[in-house]
Amino acid sequence: MIRVVLPYHLCNLARVDGELELEVTGPPTVDGVLSALEARFPILCGTMRDHGTLQRRPLIRFFACGQDLSFDPADTLLPEAVISGMEPFRVVGAMAGG
Amino acid sequence: MSSIRVLIGTKKGAFILTADGRREQWKVDGPHFAGWEVYHLKGSPRDPDRIYASQTSGWFGQVIQRSDDGGKTWNPPGTGPEDLAGADGMPKGQSNMFLYQGEVGTHKFYDGSQRPWEFKRVWHIEPSHTDPDTAYAGAEDAAIFRTTDGGGTWQELPGLRQAKGHLWQPGAGGMCLHTILLDPRNPDRIYVAISAAGAFRSDDGGQTWKPINRGLQSPYELPDPDAEVGHCVHRIAHHPSRPDVLFMQKHWDIMRSDDAGDQWREVSGNLPTDFGFPIDVHAHEPETIYVVPITSDSLHYPPDGKLRVFRSRTGGNEWEPLTRGLPQTDCYVNVLRDAMAVDQLDPCGVYFGTTGGQVYCSPDGGDRWTPIVRDLPGVLSVEVQTLP
Repeated sequence: MIRVVLPYHLCNLARVDGELELEVTGPPTVDGVLSALEARFPILCGTMRDHGTLQRRPLIRFFACGQDLSFDPADTLLPEAVISGMEPFRVVGAMAGG
Repeated sequence: MSSIRVLIGTKKGAFILTADGRREQWKVDGPHFAGWEVYHLKGSPRDPDRIYASQTSGWFGQVIQRSDDGGKTWNPPGTGPEDLAGADGMPKGQSNMFLYQGEVGTHKFYDGSQRPWEFKRVWHIEPSHTDPDTAYAGAEDAAIFRTTDGGGTWQELPGLRQAKGHLWQPGAGGMCLHTILLDPRNPDRIYVAISAAGAFRSDDGGQTWKPINRGLQSPYELPDPDAEVGHCVHRIAHHPSRPDVLFMQKHWDIMRSDDAGDQWREVSGNLPTDFGFPIDVHAHEPETIYVVPITSDSLHYPPDGKLRVFRSRTGGNEWEPLTRGLPQTDCYVNVLRDAMAVDQLDPCGVYFGTTGGQVYCSPDGGDRWTPIVRDLPGVLSVEVQTLP
């Protein structure tokens, strides 16, 4: 199980409260987590990555283990601590505005 | 007694106000979709409890919400567990998927270069007069989409962008399709307005479109006095009993067409300024129209700090200021293009919302105004439902 923390607005859309646990059937990558999230919560399709290209939306970030994974290739394996469930994978709304 | 439901989209959520036909005591419900920009909500004329909402965010993109109980509960259509039955087992999640059809193409950008179309948000949703499951969505970058399954999926009507789309360019608010008028007498006739492209009409249900901008003059924005497209139309309106008579608030100028947009003439008349955003028509008097003059394109607030609605009972040219109950000192709010509406009661109620978060109602056609809610986030849109 991979622990996932969504930002406030996506929690509301998905109607989840706080951290959730996901079973990722494919490779434990950013893409794998996002696909599992979208499969379980279809309303999240298009909110984190583009429907067609699957590119990350510009103001979405992915953090884990104190690292910003947003700019890594989406098929990079997640850190072992995330795969083992010790650390959560965080979807974050980027700081923007003022 | 009839009742009134006011649907308000704001920069930080949606609000629903209700009152009985006296329109004196208002109940405020919200925020719905708290923290999101809600550009527009609108109910189906056929089934008023079916309401569509456009919820959007620079971070998380577009979400379409739908209520089937008059706004008490909301769901994104087509995303529930029962909708996961795609042949490949994958989620559909398509209610927020707005894909341009065919060759995406390019439009003119601020700097004169060509930019590919890129979907950003839905500005306006216009439900069908006859079918609650059918609605049209006006998008930025400018395009029109249609759903026939209650918002579960949306398909572009790409013929619109064939109407010289490469010459369209963004206005200050973006290149948005903000107005959709459906002809209640002729289901094949649709009008749209785009900033900054102009007004367009389809006579075949949205398959093909033609610009209807003859007579518009935009000397400050367009050097070509005969430009067929590129005009910054802020809003168009018509009365359902005379759908061929169109009224327009252009960037500058109030315009009128008596032939479904084939030719326009200016009816700004004695207005203190003819810059502004909304325009609307009285529910029972097709020649009575309302505008809110704004100082200029550089100063988006009312002249002299006085918030005044202007009413013409002659279809334009002769205007009277309506001030009773509206702030007449130190008022520097704006009223955006989708933030004015009328109810169907007699006397007709007129409503508008401001960027300062007030929503005003006049229960007597504009003679007296009262704020029915204050201190909301900036108001993006106002729609009114008259319920039996």
